Amino acid sequence: MDGDEISVLIGGRAGDGVSSAGQVVAQMLAHMGYQVHMYFDYPSLIKGGHNFAIIRGAERQVGAVRESVDFILALNQETIELHKKKLNPGGVIICNGDNAHHPGAVQVPIGSILNNEQAPAVMGNSAIIGAFLKVAGIDWDVAEEVFPEAVPKETDQNLRVARQAYDAADLQATVKKLPGRRLPVMTGNEAIGIGLLEGGITVYFAYPMSPTSNLMHFFAANTDEFHIRVIQPEGEIAGVLNALGCSYAGARAAIGTSGGGFCLMTEALGLAGIAELPLVIVLGQRAGPSTGLATYTAQSDLLFALNAGHGDFPRFIAAPGDTTEARNWSRIATVLAWKYQVPAIILSDKIICEGLYSTDPDLSVDCHAEPVMADPGVHPYMRYQVTGSGISPLRFPPSAGDWIKVNSHVHDTDGTTAEEHWVAKAMADKRNIKVAGMREEVEGLNPVEVTGNTNSDGALLTWGSNKGACDEVGKLLDLRVIRPIVVCPFPERSFANAMKGVRRFYSVETNETGQLARLVSQSGYRANGLVLKYDGRPFTIEELTARVREVIS
Amino acid sequence: MKGSDLISHAKNTWCPGCGNFIVQHALKDVISDLGSEGYPIENFVLVAGIGQHAKIFDFMNLNGFYSLHGRTIPVATGIKLANPGLKVLCIAGDGDCYAEGIEHLIFAAKRNVDITVMVHNNRVYGLTTGQFTPTSPSGFHGRSTPKGEQENPLNPLDLVLASGATFIGRGYTGRREQLKFLLRTALLHKGFSFIDNLQVCATYYNLTDYYNERVYDWDACSSGDYLVAHQRAREWDYNADAKIGLGIMYQHEAPTYEEGYPVPVSLSEEERGHAIRKFMDSRL
Repeated sequence: MDGDEISVLIGGRAGDGVSSAGQVVAQMLAHMGYQVHMYFDYPSLIKGGHNFAIIRGAERQVGAVRESVDFILALNQETIELHKKKLNPGGVIICNGDNAHHPGAVQVPIGSILNNEQAPAVMGNSAIIGAFLKVAGIDWDVAEEVFPEAVPKETDQNLRVARQAYDAADLQATVKKLPGRRLPVMTGNEAIGIGLLEGGITVYFAYPMSPTSNLMHFFAANTDEFHIRVIQPEGEIAGVLNALGCSYAGARAAIGTSGGGFCLMTEALGLAGIAELPLVIVLGQRAGPSTGLATYTAQSDLLFALNAGHGDFPRFIAAPGDTTEARNWSRIATVLAWKYQVPAIILSDKIICEGLYSTDPDLSVDCHAEPVMADPGVHPYMRYQVTGSGISPLRFPPSAGDWIKVNSHVHDTDGTTAEEHWVAKAMADKRNIKVAGMREEVEGLNPVEVTGNTNSDGALLTWGSNKGACDEVGKLLDLRVIRPIVVCPFPERSFANAMKGVRRFYSVETNETGQLARLVSQSGYRANGLVLKYDGRPFTIEELTARVREVIS
Repeated sequence: MKGSDLISHAKNTWCPGCGNFIVQHALKDVISDLGSEGYPIENFVLVAGIGQHAKIFDFMNLNGFYSLHGRTIPVATGIKLANPGLKVLCIAGDGDCYAEGIEHLIFAAKRNVDITVMVHNNRVYGLTTGQFTPTSPSGFHGRSTPKGEQENPLNPLDLVLASGATFIGRGYTGRREQLKFLLRTALLHKGFSFIDNLQVCATYYNLTDYYNERVYDWDACSSGDYLVAHQRAREWDYNADAKIGLGIMYQHEAPTYEEGYPVPVSLSEEERGHAIRKFMDSRL
């Protein structure tokens, strides 16, 4: 325990409620003034197998975990065996006394506590949390305040179980309260959901797929509160076309998936491109190719997202780095999709989608783009009217006296199929001209984040969920950290500003080939080295520090 | 509005004698009749796939979405979810609906989505010049099967009945008045309505004489009987020689998909902000 920060690992079998226990611990730390991040690691199965979560809290924002932890909460022996080497000197192991043991570990009599309370086995995680609170010197009040929010089902019974374990354990450490502001803790899927709602999304389509299934579950659990419809279609192809049907008729729809599902959507992506229909896709990356590592992370779909679909057409892609950005950029992606009538992709990954982060509810990027609507007095309506901005005003059916036609073929201004060479060129030019407006709009939204030592001539280039690790390591090693949030249309001007004075830079990515480095090379920037990780896991602070030291030395 | 006002300025490029002309004029008549009975014509939306059939999108003055091959139904479902007040008609081809995208047909029937799907079933690919489709008879000599097709055809009526469709009919372009009746009844049916329309391909597969010798009308009185419908569906398997029934094969009422997902009342920005804040407070 490093004075101002704390790391807790909780592990058990799939089905033991490791993720929800991790969330309770994260919310408790947040309650005590910490800013938190949780990484959740689990294999692709329902029962059994080893799951663990690492929760890290600090007085400043964190978005990555460390190699070492201060507490290990072990629901089984396997957790101890797999993770004991992570324990810091002075750290404590708290384990299920019925099935696990370790010299010096705090043994929690989970079986007898559950028996006393007639509680089901899954409440064992509440017992271990109760013991942790006592051992870590955390006031019982914290449990009483957090459990009702974090464990809305059988709250009282969970609290009684936790209390028995609390009373049975002994104080060994003192995790201090911090004076910082309490911030809500949420997953990236939830933050993206909030952003989509704020962008006006009223219907969400998804075929289940990790790591975005929980976005569907979040909406589905809150349809009455958020007035949103959640539709599970027969597959990703149907879902994306459902969304385009909604667009045509004026309803804002979004669809969520991962790489495999996005593969199936690419035909419709081109349809959205040529028919100029707004479309919002949440692409939560996981390790590929193909089924890959279904429940682990990667950033290997950047170039795919940039190039998906045949033919040329404009698109908008934002890659947020944490939940605060995920919320903001999901809203911005939605409003820009509707203003420019283009597909927009929120490019996230497993770490953000399923990880927890303290989220500042008041941090927001101003963007008030509105769709351009046709003047109701003007007839006949021309769906693809050529304008200076390339944006043709929208009108939705029904509209008396008008035929509102959208078309997957090259089409004339009224939507009728056309094959004349001049029409083909005029329509391609019209679509392409929108990119200039989009780029200009994006340049004003702080699309490239610069942190660390902003005067350093050595820089880390990175994107997405590496934000947390790179921001810390940049500070530690006195490097500039440059992170494009918008990757399409690429914000050339902001990127050039961020790169001013940089003499050497290294691209940090969780993929095999350095996809962002390849993207910026198109603008003339050649990375001096790549720091890549492609084992499905995120960089820890220690690992990234060592890897960066290696390349810069 | 006169029926002729529904025919667009676009130059018609179908082959002379194509069954698509019959469909186009039947549709024009039905919609203009409904219009003169007070049904707003701007409420109709035509969703077309890709194939010769789909050119009807260009040839009609109607709202429309010219979609992808095999992908009329999911687009129509989305339109209907966004605005249940619209009358959505999918015009699809037999390759376009029974091969690519057949899952959408099955699921639309399963869900009883309140849309109409009419398949221009000429049992051959026209736009790609003469290959076999899912409903071509076995042994079909097409450009991709010069020695004869090895597969048996699919029976779309049997499939759609098993999938839960609440209106199923079979039309034939040689019976234009009946086709108009089917289209009108299907459009007015509440729930998923499906018409398999036998039509000839004048260039690649002209079955006019074959159909004329075999078609007869189903008795309209027993169209509510599932067992009768089941028998009718299996009477002709699109392959062996048999009588070919026309008209309404099956019709009954059931709750629609859209009724299960009503359009929610939209939230004001303030109400939405309040709901979001409430969620965030639960995570403090």
